[in-house]
Amino acid sequence: MRTSKCDVVVVGVGGQGVILISEIIGRAAMLAGLSVRGVETHGMAQRGGSVINHIRVGCDYSAMISPGGADVLLAMEPAEALRYAHYLSPEGVALVNTKPVMPVTVTTGVASYPSIEEILAPLREVCSQVWAMDATGLAAKAGSPQATNVVMLGALSKHLPIEETTLMEALSETVPARFLEINRKAFELGKIEVE
Amino acid sequence: MVFILREYLLGNIAIAKGILEAGAGVVSGYPGTPSSEIVDFLAPLAKEHGIHVEWSVNEKVAMEVAIGASWTGTRSVVTMKHVGLNVAADPFMTLAYLGVGGGMVVISADDPYCHSSQNEQDSRRYASFARVPCLDPADPQEARDMILRAFALSEEFGVPVMLRPTTRVSHARADVEVGSPGKRMDKPSFEKNPAKRVALPVHARPLHVELLDKQTGIEAALAEEPWNRFEMKSEVGVIASGIAGLYAEEAIAELEADISLLRIGAYPMPRKMVGDFLERVEKVLVIEEMDPVVEEFAEMVAKERNPKVEILGKRSGAVPSVGELDPLTVRNAIAGMIDLPRRAAPKMNREVLSILPPRPPALCPGCSHRATYYAMRKAFGKDAVFPNDIGCYTMGVGMGTVDTCLCMGASITVGTGIRFGGEEKGICAVLGDSTFLHSGLTGLLNAAYNDARMTVTILDNSITAMTGHQPHPGTGCTACGETSPALSLEDICRSLGAGFVETTDPYDLESAIDAFERARDHPGLSVVVAKQACVISAIRSGVRRPRLKVDEEKCGGCKICVKFGCPAIEFDGEVAKINALCSGCGVCAQICPQKAIEVVK
Repeated sequence: MRTSKCDVVVVGVGGQGVILISEIIGRAAMLAGLSVRGVETHGMAQRGGSVINHIRVGCDYSAMISPGGADVLLAMEPAEALRYAHYLSPEGVALVNTKPVMPVTVTTGVASYPSIEEILAPLREVCSQVWAMDATGLAAKAGSPQATNVVMLGALSKHLPIEETTLMEALSETVPARFLEINRKAFELGKIEVE
Repeated sequence: MVFILREYLLGNIAIAKGILEAGAGVVSGYPGTPSSEIVDFLAPLAKEHGIHVEWSVNEKVAMEVAIGASWTGTRSVVTMKHVGLNVAADPFMTLAYLGVGGGMVVISADDPYCHSSQNEQDSRRYASFARVPCLDPADPQEARDMILRAFALSEEFGVPVMLRPTTRVSHARADVEVGSPGKRMDKPSFEKNPAKRVALPVHARPLHVELLDKQTGIEAALAEEPWNRFEMKSEVGVIASGIAGLYAEEAIAELEADISLLRIGAYPMPRKMVGDFLERVEKVLVIEEMDPVVEEFAEMVAKERNPKVEILGKRSGAVPSVGELDPLTVRNAIAGMIDLPRRAAPKMNREVLSILPPRPPALCPGCSHRATYYAMRKAFGKDAVFPNDIGCYTMGVGMGTVDTCLCMGASITVGTGIRFGGEEKGICAVLGDSTFLHSGLTGLLNAAYNDARMTVTILDNSITAMTGHQPHPGTGCTACGETSPALSLEDICRSLGAGFVETTDPYDLESAIDAFERARDHPGLSVVVAKQACVISAIRSGVRRPRLKVDEEKCGGCKICVKFGCPAIEFDGEVAKINALCSGCGVCAQICPQKAIEVVK
């Protein structure tokens, strides 16, 4: 028996605005009258480390998603997509921002960063669909690279059991008014990208 | 009239709102992941609600402030992370004897898997050690509900009550029902009653008897709590506590299995309920985060009520004894008990994952700790001993300047012991400003008193950075933003007996190295205060420094700047490059032997 309507794992690097995505989806779910659970990475890992948030819409259990259980893996960073690929269900969908954030291990030459194709190929084997997009570039096009998370939210929107108008309402309640227009554009560009 | 609102809240915020609803008058704490957001949330609201909220100097201090408040009849709360309770254990243990006035709740947030901690200790052990009730929430809603109940229990039995959220409760979000803020108690006053407030042996002996006598009533009251409940479906059962109860409920629903479930959310555990459950099952799996507290209790009760029952859990190896539980682990433990197939986590090929570069948390671009470590190493040499402490700076472990990390404040004292143990090399202990004020003062006093020849470096970034930028007495303002008395680390260190005290700016490498050399050569106890604002707080307060760039013509590709480890410096195969993360500290320009790094004009 399914124990949640939609399970999303959001991954990225500390400081990429992963928590904001959880905040918007949570508000939207509540507006839609759905129960919602989430869990965030706080503390040590936020300092440039790898972060993972779980969001469960229409779920009354714990906030934690089982490995192999995520309907969507939303990756703000390509290497992080692969790092957490084991969370994906075989029927799941991966939405991946292709713009890397280099870890210190790479900038100091201790490790190297793989090519995007090396990352996407194994990802395609573990789930049903992989959408790769330059969300950071699209965000810049919308007006600010800071809106990368909202581009990704736009790409995610059709997988959520929440109406787009509700998501937009939650978005406008969450982001500062002066950035709303940029965020609206960013959302739209992300949505188009997966159509 | 109470209005109930439904909001999407972080567990710690749900707790904070519960504290407001309960009409608490005093909230104190010391920052520590995963507990910090409770005070962070309440501090800006303190004035509006007429309550006192403080970041205390350490957990012991925070506990004692909350105790004093409770003794005026005011409801009080103290918050900390699990290891903070070690610091506060002294007042906590005797408080159980003396008892509370107004309800008092001790929030000790546990961190299974050590996400952001130095150990995996289980606060429930402390509650049973002190013989006080402990409530163990499964999710943010329970955490909020339990706060309200905890105050009532505390007042009913005159003991402090512990709330023990774990990381996945404190940092979970859920739609939570909360009520409107309550009123704090009118006319609080401290009433003299030495028999209940003075822990002289003559008072403590009868108080110990009283505390033991309260246990029967506490247990009976907790047996009625909604968080202890069971549902019989078959002769195969699961007993699960706290968040594990929620994992178990989900697993049983997903498996569509006929399994009886006893959920535990309050301690001391309901002996009769556990016995009744054990009598009706043949086999039972006990699931809980951290220590086998429930499991040991079930084994004890089974001896009286059903010695034949098979008990599986951590001791049988069915449930892991270390780290953090997750829904799949719990599902598989339950499936394994009833011979259903286990579901493997999707295996990613090891080779596939090996292409991924590790991404450990690191010091920020431009963090002054990196510069301080560089200067320290230059002055002391890599063979010196560098006892370290708890804070962001522990992440500098790759720089060779973090040789020990034990607990808050231990850098100085462990360093002292290393000296007296016979080590003759240079010793340079390192701790942050907040950690120094938390528990480094006594260590420095001890080192001076006992004449330890060593250097102590205080990394003064004027904030408690790791836990989310909380103020402390050195920052000049309180949790609520009020101005506090100016404090000089230099003056404190001199007063405590350090013979050499100097402040240096780590962004000025040459003078920092010079200060460390003089500290190193001082024949007694020396202190270097490496003062530079945390780069995150500097940026937040509007500090903008011009960025740096590499002159590719001059760069010889020696990688000295790259090895410095700043995330803003990259190597493209031939020359170094400075990326957009640069915050303009300028330290890399000072270490470049080719003088190839310059300010962007």
